[in-house]
Amino acid sequence: MAVTQLVGAKIHRREDPRLITGHGHYIDDFTRQGTAYAAFVRSPFAHARIKSIDITDASKAPGVTSVYTARDFKSQLAGTHPAAPAFVAEKKYIPERFPIAEKEVCYQGEIVAAVLAETRGQAVDGANLIQVDYEELPAVMDTEKAMAKGSPLAHEGAADNISWDLTYTGAEVSDAAFKEADVVVKERILQNRLAPIPMEPRGVLAEYETYDKKLTIWMSSQNPHFIRLFVSGAMGLKESQVRVISPDVGGGFGSKISPYPEDYLVPALSRLSERPVKWTETRTESIQNATHGRGQYYDVEVAAKKDGTLLGMRMTQYLDVGAYVGTFSAFQACACLMAGGAYKWKGISARTIGILTNRVPTDPYRGAGRPEATHLVERMVDLVALELKMDPVEIRRKNFIQPKEFPYTQNFGLVIDSGDYEKALEVALKMVGYEDLRKKQAELRKQGRYLGIGFSTWIELCGFGPSAATAPATGGIALVESAQVRVTPTGSVIVYTGTHSHGQGHETTFSQIVADQLGVPYDSVELRHGDTSEGTAFGYGTYGSRSLAVGGVAISMAAGKVIDKGKKLAAHMLEAAEEDVVYENGSFHVKGSPDKAKAFGEVAFASYGMGLPEGMEQGLEAVAYFDPPNLVWPFGTHIAVVEVDAETGAVQLQKYVAVDDCGNIINPMIVDGQIHGGVAQAIGQALYEEVVYDDETGQLKTGTMIDYMVPSMGEIPTLNLDHTITPSPTNDLGVKGIGEAGTIAASAAVINAICDALSPLGIKHVDMPASPDRLWHMMKGAGK
Amino acid sequence: MIPAAFEYARASSVEEASKLLNKYGEDAKVLAGGHSLIPLMRLRLAQPKALIDINGIKDLDHIKEDGHKLRIGALTRHVTIQNSKVVHEKLPLLAEVAGEVGDNQVRNMGTMGGVVAHADAAGDYPTIALILDAEIVTNQRTIAAKDFFKDLFTTPLAADEIVTEVVFPVANGPHKYIKFRRRLFDWAIVGVAAQKMNGGWRIGLTNVGPTPVRANAVEEALKTGAKPEEAAQHASDGLDPAGDLRASPEYKKHLARVLTKRAIQQAQGQ
Ligand SMILES: Cc1cc2nc3c(=O)[nH]c(=O)nc-3n(C[C@H](O)[C@H](O)[C@H](O)COP(=O)(O)OP(=O)(O)OC[C@H]3O[C@@H](n4cnc5c(N)ncnc54)[C@H](O)[C@@H]3O)c2cc1C
Repeated sequence: MAVTQLVGAKIHRREDPRLITGHGHYIDDFTRQGTAYAAFVRSPFAHARIKSIDITDASKAPGVTSVYTARDFKSQLAGTHPAAPAFVAEKKYIPERFPIAEKEVCYQGEIVAAVLAETRGQAVDGANLIQVDYEELPAVMDTEKAMAKGSPLAHEGAADNISWDLTYTGAEVSDAAFKEADVVVKERILQNRLAPIPMEPRGVLAEYETYDKKLTIWMSSQNPHFIRLFVSGAMGLKESQVRVISPDVGGGFGSKISPYPEDYLVPALSRLSERPVKWTETRTESIQNATHGRGQYYDVEVAAKKDGTLLGMRMTQYLDVGAYVGTFSAFQACACLMAGGAYKWKGISARTIGILTNRVPTDPYRGAGRPEATHLVERMVDLVALELKMDPVEIRRKNFIQPKEFPYTQNFGLVIDSGDYEKALEVALKMVGYEDLRKKQAELRKQGRYLGIGFSTWIELCGFGPSAATAPATGGIALVESAQVRVTPTGSVIVYTGTHSHGQGHETTFSQIVADQLGVPYDSVELRHGDTSEGTAFGYGTYGSRSLAVGGVAISMAAGKVIDKGKKLAAHMLEAAEEDVVYENGSFHVKGSPDKAKAFGEVAFASYGMGLPEGMEQGLEAVAYFDPPNLVWPFGTHIAVVEVDAETGAVQLQKYVAVDDCGNIINPMIVDGQIHGGVAQAIGQALYEEVVYDDETGQLKTGTMIDYMVPSMGEIPTLNLDHTITPSPTNDLGVKGIGEAGTIAASAAVINAICDALSPLGIKHVDMPASPDRLWHMMKGAGK
Repeated sequence: MIPAAFEYARASSVEEASKLLNKYGEDAKVLAGGHSLIPLMRLRLAQPKALIDINGIKDLDHIKEDGHKLRIGALTRHVTIQNSKVVHEKLPLLAEVAGEVGDNQVRNMGTMGGVVAHADAAGDYPTIALILDAEIVTNQRTIAAKDFFKDLFTTPLAADEIVTEVVFPVANGPHKYIKFRRRLFDWAIVGVAAQKMNGGWRIGLTNVGPTPVRANAVEEALKTGAKPEEAAQHASDGLDPAGDLRASPEYKKHLARVLTKRAIQQAQGQ
């Protein structure tokens, strides 16, 4: 098969037939002989002291085999919840976290007891019979007030509620820019707290084999190897004694990267009870306990010249950490490093503050830091344009980093590998029919109707690695990626990747790459992942749009090594010099004489036979690790067109155009699918979704999907997509990540469109979610 | 999300259902489409000891024309009402409303009797029943809609009483139901029904209080020749809606006025 046939082709996802017909393998599909079911008793309070726990009734309940509280786990689990130092150097305070509370609960949903029973229903019934005597403590719910001296504390005995406070660049860095300014615009920009809502909630099935001292964990994770590392450490086991299997995973969006209390407790329960133990999260448990995303606000100031030249920015990120510091929580501070967006600035001053509250912890959620950065810079640029009565397109064109300036070192020293921002913008403008839209807008305004056009000329950084940047951030393990390519005697190929697919379609795209590179039929390539006892020694998981740009490259490198060995063997078989053998379209032949050839399958078979060249070992397989030299930098332009109902404040999203550039495309259909999902999620943030807790009591008010409003098919307009292609110089495939792009781009486009629509009323800024009630109140208050 | 344990019995006639209800007493509940009851049980907001499944009672699933009346069996699913030729001809407003209840899954399961008996403030049929002076027929008596929706989730139904039919008058003049909601499958934040009948307007509001509301002041104003936009100003008269995550009380009252105006205008435009 020719090299160009599969890569770049719209191939249907190989995994879909099983997934959409209900033949996938999710956690709740697994049970082991003799399984006991776990249910957890969770704190109904945001903050309270535990005075006593009475398990008498629960212990006697039908089917209940045992009840456990914190003390029972002391012998089972050691250490505290891992929190990666990430970008935060001046760390102040990471509260200790044991997977089950003993004396104090710090968020609604924190576990205080566990019940094992013969059925899931009996376990839940048993849990309901446990009597916990709490003494309620004041809950810290407002991040701004939490910073004040004398504020109640999220943790008793803490010095304050500040988890971190780090100034990346002080005011002096932007002083000159602000002195030169003709205009300065200021805004406070909120980032609503979001629940990840994976279609499959979490679940853990653990089986500890008492005699072999082996632990197998089936769980819904994006990151099985890291879970093995953390759980083995906490349980006093060697990594080799623990096997983590994450089969089909029904979405994660970042919420299945970090370890959770249940990931430790369920294996510990299995060791304690000497039975396999299973726990499946309910939807309400998921909304309540899966790490949330965003939950921030920003104070931003931007300085510019009269002609629209951007000069400087000063920004502070206030991040609601929640009750404990999420494993990768501090990563969200990358919003500071990305605050400059696609533009050139003289100076940016940036500071991040992480604030502890009595809510569930926040952690990366699709985009993690980059959506926030995009939202703030795209909003601020529009505010400058509004102030200067400039077209939002003009101000962007004027300030873009230009194609000839790449690689471009931005204000924080990060090197943007490539880009052509204006090209994507031009394509999008044509698609949306910009000139006509502005005319239509003017006409409708005369009739008292509010049409708005919003832009997001987004950029991001993704594909984590490189080792030098990431090892310090994780506490030692460099984020690279591993791959193993094994060729069987009959020439079929098994590929192992250390990434994990939970909706990204790796089985398809990675097979496309390997089939092309090895010249073997697509169907003879099998992609495997998600089992720590298979493939390479370590894998790094899927998050930060890294799978293709790091993992895909590793696979390609391993396939290259297979070809190299194949060449040596083919040369021997063809009695030619190795340098004279070329590999093309699935066969090795002597340069200049294509009929003197050995097919890939023949060479594979021979590699398991006798008479190999001197010193060559049997077999045809290779391992590769890819340590990328830089991050990759996708970009694009999204344009949203909305009409705001003048009477009700309802937003109608009329048109959505997205032109994205993720370098070379392996499978356009999968890329489009990622954009679709990402944009829908960001529309969710912009218009619908928000985790709401009661300000006083800290009770979660959005605990079901009736109240936590994820948009459905009916709310998402047809998305008009196109791409520009600017290959990444960072890797041999020329690829960049696309998994988070939609989420990174879209909230800004939608909100900018709403602000544009309402600008005749003097409304400059709208917070998310832009609900009709919120907009109606703003419209009513406008001009007063 | 895991309901408490319960007994289950399936009835094949109304008499049998009533007997079973008596047998289990206060803690038994009728199970129709299950699309209000089961979610409540999963959240353990309801913990009935027994469910009496009435889905096997064939003669409760019907739509009958009866002179100037339309008799809708309690087990008639939303989807049946939505697609019924008779309902389209004789009471198109009801077909329109049925088509806007929940999503396909809800419409395939949920029933007329279930909505009425459940008496959720955001239920759509109760508003229509109220303004059209419909009657709720049970195995024991007939109750006028205006006497039926007493309070939030509260009706005069006795523990062993089963709704068998809801009887609507025929009305096929100008009509409109506007359901303001955030998502396609959501309940109404506010709903407004307008139906021209016997020369006058019937205007009703959904989810602006614990029970459906008939907008008498709007009807009166229209009768005295007020324009829709003028009459609609009275839609919020006397309302005291509770605020929730989707809408403040103030906004709900505003919506009542705006949507009333639109409903009348759109009905007139038909
Ligand atoms: C996602 C979702 C969206 C929805 N959106 C809407 C909406 O927009 N508008 C709307 O009106 N509804 C909506 N519903 C509710 C839906 O219409 C329900 O089906 C309906 O409220 C109840 O009808 P049921 O047949 O499912 O009753 P069930 O859930 O089976 O029963 C509800 C209650 O009524 C009692 N009951 C049922 N039948 C009888 C009877 N014949 N006699 C006496 N008592 C009886 C039961 O005991 C129970 O207490 C929605 C539901 C869901 C899940």
